[in-house]
Amino acid sequence: MSLLAVSNLTKRYRRGGKSITAVDDVSFHVDPGETLALAGPSGSGKSTIARLVLRLIEPDAGRIEFEGSDFLALSGATLRARRARLQMVFQDPLAAFNPRATVAHVLDDPLRIHDIASRAERPRRIAALLERVGLTADLAPRAIHEISGGQRQRVAIARAIATKPSLIVLDEAVSALDVSVRREILDLLLDLQHQEKIAYLLISHDLGVIRSVAHRIVLLDAGRIAESGNTRAVIDAPQSAIGKALLAAAPRLNRTAQDPT
Amino acid sequence: MTTLASIRNLTVTYRRDGTEVVALKSISLDIAASERLAIIGESGSGKSTLALAIAGLLPASARIEGHIDWFLGSTGKAGAKAPPSVLPDISPSRGEIAPSSLSSPIANVAGDEATAKLPISPLEGEMSGRTEGGLIERNPQKSLAKPSQPPFLGRDIGFVFQDPSASLDPVMAIGKQIAEVARTHLGLTWPQAYAKAKHLLERVRLPDPDSALRAFPHQLSGGQKQRVAIAAAIAAGPKLLIADEATSALDTIVQAEIVALIRRLVTEDGMTLLFINHDIALAAELAERIAVFRHGRLVELGTTAQIIGAPAEPYTRALLDAHIGLDAKPLLNRAGLHP
Repeated sequence: MSLLAVSNLTKRYRRGGKSITAVDDVSFHVDPGETLALAGPSGSGKSTIARLVLRLIEPDAGRIEFEGSDFLALSGATLRARRARLQMVFQDPLAAFNPRATVAHVLDDPLRIHDIASRAERPRRIAALLERVGLTADLAPRAIHEISGGQRQRVAIARAIATKPSLIVLDEAVSALDVSVRREILDLLLDLQHQEKIAYLLISHDLGVIRSVAHRIVLLDAGRIAESGNTRAVIDAPQSAIGKALLAAAPRLNRTAQDPT
Repeated sequence: MTTLASIRNLTVTYRRDGTEVVALKSISLDIAASERLAIIGESGSGKSTLALAIAGLLPASARIEGHIDWFLGSTGKAGAKAPPSVLPDISPSRGEIAPSSLSSPIANVAGDEATAKLPISPLEGEMSGRTEGGLIERNPQKSLAKPSQPPFLGRDIGFVFQDPSASLDPVMAIGKQIAEVARTHLGLTWPQAYAKAKHLLERVRLPDPDSALRAFPHQLSGGQKQRVAIAAAIAAGPKLLIADEATSALDTIVQAEIVALIRRLVTEDGMTLLFINHDIALAAELAERIAVFRHGRLVELGTTAQIIGAPAEPYTRALLDAHIGLDAKPLLNRAGLHP
């Protein structure tokens, strides 16, 4: 059974009296412990789908099933409880967090809100979370704006895993990071997936990253699915026009002689 | 190789919360005329500070040591007029980066009584306390030979920033924004400047240039706005085009289009290109030479083939290794997660 099943999802925006269909009859699923990538150019609807899945916005039509229940029908306390299982990491953690909050505060929130640990137990849990994402406990009293971008994204991941989710939506979560840091964060995400069997919905425009970490890919163009399938099969030989255009546009590094691979 | 600009011992220090942060440490670099040079680095490498220093756009609070010599050739051609007071605080001619002449190298200045008055001290890190504000007008020095007058931003240097929404005026029609540059720097009348703007919109391949002249930035997509910003940057026919992460906020397809556009314009006009970027693969597709920066220092400089194919420095190699290309071995396998 799928962990997440999205069927016939549609979302329209109204702009200047005109209706724009941002997501047009989109269906896909994510299995437990797998990574599904949503890729496409700006305006293809990938971030809108992420926000629909997180229920940050409501769709005009369609159905979202998460862990076997109708996710769109949930409300109030049941929705809140279920949200613990569905987490998110965004591109810019500085924008996602209160910049003046401390690392400890950011990690304390989910533990408190979802009633995961008692007040007395929480400092120990926070230290354990920081260590889990490759940070040290002495980072806890630091303010979010004081730490580096890579550390901040690790804190965002620690916060996401605090509630023991089965699915994390990664919306361009590694796009803004320096290349060396990006690699480390991807390694961390894969390690967590391996250990905790977390599934990822990876929103990205970077085909190199997608090919490296995603099991399957859904290529979007103007709100519709253009192509989908096994990541390497799709990226190595795209059939759709948008797939071919994305591939042609990806910068390539031609490391001749010195390259051992 | 004709040199367009010669940067010598450039050190830039920012003051932040009472502490000093050295953004660039003693950089020496020659920019050749008509070359495409990429400046590569991660956050905090100083690459954007270098771009701002070259353009004379550093904030007044930045402390600048060293100098940049310019070899612009005949810039004060007939019909061209210097911008009167439009850009008084951002022109390098104000002395933030003083035009220095070859006849007064640092060595000659050492021991000279005038030293204390110069922004360049022969003693490293030893600055007079009078640099408050970072601005010291240099004593005008007679240039004996080659170095030319410092460049005017807009006329001699075109600058394209990462975010076109921030660099375009949201309430001015884009035709006027481009025409204004041509009028200011080339001394054209408004009708001439508008004709030039229309021609530039054609050159940057904006669909329907006639109606685009009257469009406002919010009516354009991100890629179209960047095309407009490029049109404005090249309107006065600058010798040097600086693109500071100009494609980083765009999606892959639009990024490739803008890179192709920059390459074509630079070639057609014989401009020198300074391409500031964090993506070494993208830089390698466009540049003839690559300079790798880290922590404010120039780590390695070479032709693109040298830097990519045979990097000498471990850091350059690490940057190349960290690139996740389309031919990279999937990380999934290593984590025991089979696709």
